[in-house]
Amino acid sequence: MEVESQFHVLAVDDSLIDRKLIERLLKTSSYQVTTVDSGSKALEFLGFREEDEQSSSDYPSISPSSQRVVEVNLIITDYCMPGMTGYDLLKKIKESSSLRNIPVVIMSSENVPSRVSRCLEEGAEEFFLKPVKLSDMSRLRPHMKRTKLIPQKPEPEKDEKQEEELEPENKHQIQQQSNSNDHPQTQSNTSNNKRKAAVEEAISPDITTRRPRYSGGVTTAV
Amino acid sequence: MDVVQLKRQLIAFTELLYREGFLDEQFNQLQQLQDENNPNFVAEVVTLFFEDAERILNELANNLDQQSVDFKKVDAHVHQLKGSSSSIGAQRIQRVCIIFRTVCNEKNVEGCLKCLQQLKHEYALMKSKLETLFNLEQQILAAGGPPSI
Repeated sequence: MEVESQFHVLAVDDSLIDRKLIERLLKTSSYQVTTVDSGSKALEFLGFREEDEQSSSDYPSISPSSQRVVEVNLIITDYCMPGMTGYDLLKKIKESSSLRNIPVVIMSSENVPSRVSRCLEEGAEEFFLKPVKLSDMSRLRPHMKRTKLIPQKPEPEKDEKQEEELEPENKHQIQQQSNSNDHPQTQSNTSNNKRKAAVEEAISPDITTRRPRYSGGVTTAV
Repeated sequence: MDVVQLKRQLIAFTELLYREGFLDEQFNQLQQLQDENNPNFVAEVVTLFFEDAERILNELANNLDQQSVDFKKVDAHVHQLKGSSSSIGAQRIQRVCIIFRTVCNEKNVEGCLKCLQQLKHEYALMKSKLETLFNLEQQILAAGGPPSI
């Protein structure tokens, strides 16, 4: 079985040409990509709903909607967009208990120092000057965040050593319920240290295959 | 004409386009993103650019034809064209857009009309040159060689 641990990036830009460009750049860098043409569509995709804020804090970057599972490891957004700007989107994401852990990168065609510092202060990880280049893609990798899975039925907690010896499917299940007991932030920070790459890789395909929208690797919602 | 000659022509022509400022480094970036899995990437992006540019040029003509020009709209359109031309490496068009925005800020209708004329001219040139470029690439493909530059 081919196992790929692909990160999924949500790209937001009102320009069709720039969406096409960023999509190609990201796919060339082995990321899975979804593109949307506005901040509000981005929030919709992320399953952002004001009233869900209370209940969804345990599962960062996972859509709280019962309809589908969405895992987004990074958001890259244009700054200058009609309606909701990239800065507005950034603010909404960082103010959301369910979404704030998703790293956000801002792109802009204008190198305005006050704009750059405003975005970084609001929590953006990077500020890319457009046009975005292939060399910029390497600046994304350090910020990608693995996210937790949605737990299913609660099962007795097993310790980590046991997990690593088991088959991928079992690891997946155990991963789920041991995750559910941990604080979201620490889990994603320590997950890369504690778990072997193989374990992480075993998780992703299950998520990937469960998401009919991403079977081709790219979804463009315009 | 054989593949070797066609390729030489393509190289020479491309170098000319860079030298004359029709293209800049960003166009090269686009070519690097093209591969056997995405063999038409550059052509697709450029086609999108042509459609976008033509639409914007028409909108600008409309905007500037009004009794009372809405400079905000003009600026928004020029900003958009500046962005897309920058994204494909259309340097000369991008430069005219920069001047256009300054003139627009000054609410100078005459100046805007001149810029629009220049944009139309540059766009026509760019379109024709890129079509020649793609034509050469197609010929090379037909003659059996990969159109690598």
